[in-house]
Amino acid sequence: MASGTGRVCHFKLVLLGDTAVGKSCLVVRFVRDEFFEFQEPTIGAAFLTQSVNLENATVKFEIWDTAGQERYRSLAPMYYRGAAAAIVVYDITNKESFNGAKSWVKELQRRGDPNVVIALAGNKADLHTKRRVEYEEAQKYAEENCILHMETSAKNATNVKDLFREIGEVMYVIDLNQMSRQLGSCPNPLLNQKGKHFRSYREPKNNDNKACC
Amino acid sequence: MEEADAQTVEENAPVAAFPWLPEGCEAMADGEYDAIVMGTGLKECIMSGLLSTMGKKVLHVDRNNYYGADSASLNLSNLYAKFNGGAEPPQQFYEALGHNRDFNVDLIPKCIMACGKLVKMLLHTKVTRYLEFKSLDASYVYRNGKVYKVPATATEALSSSLLGLFEKRRFRKFLMYVANYEHGNPKTYEGHDLTKETMNELYEKFGLEKATREFVGHAMALRLDDKYLDEPALPAFEAIKLYCYSLDRYGKSPYIYPMYGLGGLPEGFSRLCAIHGGTFMLNRSIDEVLFDKDGKAWGVRGGNQVAKADIVLGDPSYFPNKRTKVGRVVRSICFLSHPIPNTNNAESLQIIIPAAQVGRTHDIYVVMVSNSHQVTAPGKYVAICSTTVETDNPTTELEPALAILGSIMTKFDDVVDLYEPANGDGSQDHCFISTSFDATSHFETTSNDVLDLYFKVTGARLDLTINADSTKGDY
Ligand SMILES: Nc1nc2c(ncn2[C@@H]2O[C@H](COP(=O)(O)OP(=O)(O)OP(=O)(O)O)[C@@H](O)[C@H]2O)c(=O)[nH]1
Ligand SMILES: [Mg+2]
Repeated sequence: MASGTGRVCHFKLVLLGDTAVGKSCLVVRFVRDEFFEFQEPTIGAAFLTQSVNLENATVKFEIWDTAGQERYRSLAPMYYRGAAAAIVVYDITNKESFNGAKSWVKELQRRGDPNVVIALAGNKADLHTKRRVEYEEAQKYAEENCILHMETSAKNATNVKDLFREIGEVMYVIDLNQMSRQLGSCPNPLLNQKGKHFRSYREPKNNDNKACC
Repeated sequence: MEEADAQTVEENAPVAAFPWLPEGCEAMADGEYDAIVMGTGLKECIMSGLLSTMGKKVLHVDRNNYYGADSASLNLSNLYAKFNGGAEPPQQFYEALGHNRDFNVDLIPKCIMACGKLVKMLLHTKVTRYLEFKSLDASYVYRNGKVYKVPATATEALSSSLLGLFEKRRFRKFLMYVANYEHGNPKTYEGHDLTKETMNELYEKFGLEKATREFVGHAMALRLDDKYLDEPALPAFEAIKLYCYSLDRYGKSPYIYPMYGLGGLPEGFSRLCAIHGGTFMLNRSIDEVLFDKDGKAWGVRGGNQVAKADIVLGDPSYFPNKRTKVGRVVRSICFLSHPIPNTNNAESLQIIIPAAQVGRTHDIYVVMVSNSHQVTAPGKYVAICSTTVETDNPTTELEPALAILGSIMTKFDDVVDLYEPANGDGSQDHCFISTSFDATSHFETTSNDVLDLYFKVTGARLDLTINADSTKGDY
């Protein structure tokens, strides 16, 4: 069962975070490998799919970006429902957005699937001269909360693919665990979040000092 | 979008005071909109979704802190609170029923006709991509105190104990006629003119017994009363055709139902609206709709916040002065620890009790769903009975339905007023008001109300010429 070659796993992934931290830019970078200095507030990027190829499997993400319900904290439960993974984004040049990220993590823990895999992305890492959130501080918070953490730049593509790949790998392992636990059950992973009790924790690739253009 | 660019407002500058803002008030959200929608019930969410896809700037508010208004699906604690003045349920309540989050109990139970108008709207807007549906196990009808599967295929007709031997043949002939009939192709009419002939005359020609007419009219054509018998047959006939056609597509019953409850429907349309730039504010009470001196609505006020729009739309609860009470509906939400007896252990089903069977004017409806649609904990079932109130003692009117459920663990009763807009077509006052959800257990009347509302607001008919056979919207 666990040979996995050519296996395709489907997962719903949601993005959360304060406005203008770069959620849509991260998605667009990941899905289309593009970046726009003047990314319109989310419309087109709100629902996209993209795959990452792992060694013996393909992880296909159904990516839900926020779109306007988050502005007054009015996201529909549907947004969280069935989400196997979430990327909570903050802007490393904006301290307030890091506080926002922490409250989004709380919201997720309250409303999402109890076993949702959470990744914290400190975006705009290319703007390190304007940094207001230290890598160590965010890393410490991530460790305390057992969540993944990486600094990214949608602008110069640093760590964007890596972030999704990292999540993909965690999801793949969870999927295998799940498979071996409930053989022959419902094939739709979105309907089948039960029985999953894998907490993700990975050593993040240390990228704080990674040179960028 | 282009518009937003043209008038970019500096992020941190104090909010520009709009000339129309009343003394002492500030702008609600962005202040100026094309449409303000109040209440996140299904009809309002479909409307805000459609309006935003047309490029209108929409502000959608709700006084509750959850989506769905009357068409919400609630977890156990919210459900208990709603019927007990906001109180927390006692621990025994959870012990008996299960985990709070396993429950998504509809306040208004309905099933979706698989090839009906609501599905067309879901496909048209591609909201299907956000939802997952599963068919309902069965559709039943009540006769003489017992429930029977609605025989809607030739094979079922043959084996149904609902029909006598000769009636089986006649009914089968009728079903064949339904299947072959194609409106616009006179070759298939077999001498009938359904635009003139009444349904009674058609039944007569096929020699169908009164009892057969009863389940065909109420459980298949989903007529609300018997008026259709003396009207031209075509509309009811098309409804029977739709039933058979939907059944043919999905096998077990003609109905589908979303995983996690009907509350997903308004949420799905709200997502559509948000993606097209709509703004949502839950927990936002509206104190009044604002009118100019000619009585035309121009905005709404909640606290000291005001928003302006040309179109003001909402459910009747937001327009206390512009609605007429047209009746009452009684609903009982019943929790069971077993499937409904004599239904072949169906995990989900609909039962229609034709009015005449129990000496009433209005049919009684039962919708039962369970863990197979992720709306209850495993082993628990929720059956919701509803009907239009006819007496001063509404809850007793549901007794025939309660009697077929077997033992009931616990039950919540609700009697609500039904309202219709009292402001004509809204062209005078720019208020567009939906109608309360009726007692029927399907969405056909709801869909018609949305189509009417769409016409009132836009002056155009919504094009639904989409093929309801394609089960998925494209991505
Ligand atoms: N320098 C730099 N700018 C970025 C980066 N990512 C995004 N931006 C800019 O930040 C702004 C906001 O990006 P979006 O992707 O629209 O932000 P968002 O989080 O989706 O915002 P909302 O949709 O309003 O919630 C845009 O002007 C982007 O060009 C990045 O990695 N580096
Ligand atoms: Mg965005």
